[in-house]
Amino acid sequence: MTQTNTQNPEVKIAVRNLNFFYDDKQALFDNTLDIIANKVTSFIGPSGCGKSTHIRCYNRMFSLYKGHRGEGEILFDGENILDPKIPELELRHRVGMIFQKATPFPMTVYENIAYGLKLHNKYPQSELDDRVEKALRDGALWDEVKDSLRKPGTALSGGQQQRLCIARAIAVQPEVILMDEPCSALDPIATAKIEELIDELKKKFTIVIVTHSMQQAARASDFTAYFYLGKLIEYGETQSIFTSPQNKETEDYITGRFG
Amino acid sequence: MSEHTIKRFEEELNELKDRVLAMGGLVERAIRRSMKSLNSLDTKRALKVIERDKAINALEVEIDEMTRTLLALRQPAAGDLRFIISAIKIVTDLERIGDLAEGIAETVLQSQDHPLTHLDSLNSLSDEVEKQVNKALDTFARNDAETALACIEGDKKINKMFKSVQRENLSYMIEDPRQITSGLQAFAIGRNLERIGDHAANISEMVIYMVQGHDIRHVDHETAAAIISGEILDED
Repeated sequence: MTQTNTQNPEVKIAVRNLNFFYDDKQALFDNTLDIIANKVTSFIGPSGCGKSTHIRCYNRMFSLYKGHRGEGEILFDGENILDPKIPELELRHRVGMIFQKATPFPMTVYENIAYGLKLHNKYPQSELDDRVEKALRDGALWDEVKDSLRKPGTALSGGQQQRLCIARAIAVQPEVILMDEPCSALDPIATAKIEELIDELKKKFTIVIVTHSMQQAARASDFTAYFYLGKLIEYGETQSIFTSPQNKETEDYITGRFG
Repeated sequence: MSEHTIKRFEEELNELKDRVLAMGGLVERAIRRSMKSLNSLDTKRALKVIERDKAINALEVEIDEMTRTLLALRQPAAGDLRFIISAIKIVTDLERIGDLAEGIAETVLQSQDHPLTHLDSLNSLSDEVEKQVNKALDTFARNDAETALACIEGDKKINKMFKSVQRENLSYMIEDPRQITSGLQAFAIGRNLERIGDHAANISEMVIYMVQGHDIRHVDHETAAAIISGEILDED
């Protein structure tokens, strides 16, 4: 099934016939969809449906493991990023990723942000300071940590740690941010703060989020894709998916009639 | 639709549907009884219609409470959400229909000194209106969007019939000024019946939204038919 959005020409990532294999086992089947620039796209579906596998193709995270391979095309601004000629480091610079569990480095709040920046470039101290502050501000964390920049990142609360990871990801100014279950370990207030942040971040970045919470997909995203058994079942505007899905399988899943 | 994973939610949705249909039943009876009281000049029956409107109002409150709870606690989506939204709207229409039937009964009480004599056209109008209300509720019970569309179209016939009630009674009044009081009362009853027809059409519109997700309010019949058959897409 072709699930492309022709109404909005600003396609950031065009996925065409993406097939994915864990060794001999095929996990994704002919996924075709367009990720729209400066919008939030959420992937929903039951465990094992392929949503995380799919998102991990966008920065070739799978290449860390032998025997994992993707086929088809993922056109990032028109360029196929599955092509091994594109260096992974450069790709992951352009496509940041946030994981389920916040993973602050065992260093200070300041260093957590500065670390990535220093990897990519040599900045004079004052510019580094500015960039760290800006990333923390954009990550909606500055006001809470400005007086404790020298404290360990791991001393922050769970929600703050996750925002620290988001700040770390956006510090290097990626174009796309992938989030794999970013709030599943957070309480509702911390979740709300992240969702508020996502809404703010989409002005500058294209965001793709994998979530088990359908309420979160409904609240936080502009487009929603429903995956089942490695296939993209339905893709469309979040508002229509949650009020009038066209596919019965989607309807059953989002109304809780699944399985 | 397959069964809900959470059985209690499934039961609550079924319960909601049952209550809306029960309210529909009371409303249908109110129309029938108010017209019967008109034909038999039965003030007791008319008073009963007025008294029983309280039960209809109480059901409205009860169903509103059910829908509020469902929205807050179950956070429904897709078909479940459309069903609950439709129930909220349909209940409002049913409550109004109840009030309009009550209005007919009140007119009957007021007309004791000048009983209405020419009832045939009012009775045919009310037959048609009752049929429409019944059909609309039936489409709700059976999730039947096609019949609901036909039901909306049927409102045109009701409007025509109401116009002829007006014309007929106007002639009587012109012919004989002593008929003016009862003529105006016939006007009022006809008007109430015509408005009940409008509410039946509203219910049918909500059924189409509930079943298909298309909002066909305020579009002409041809466009609505094309939207329902999927020939054209409705505006979001």
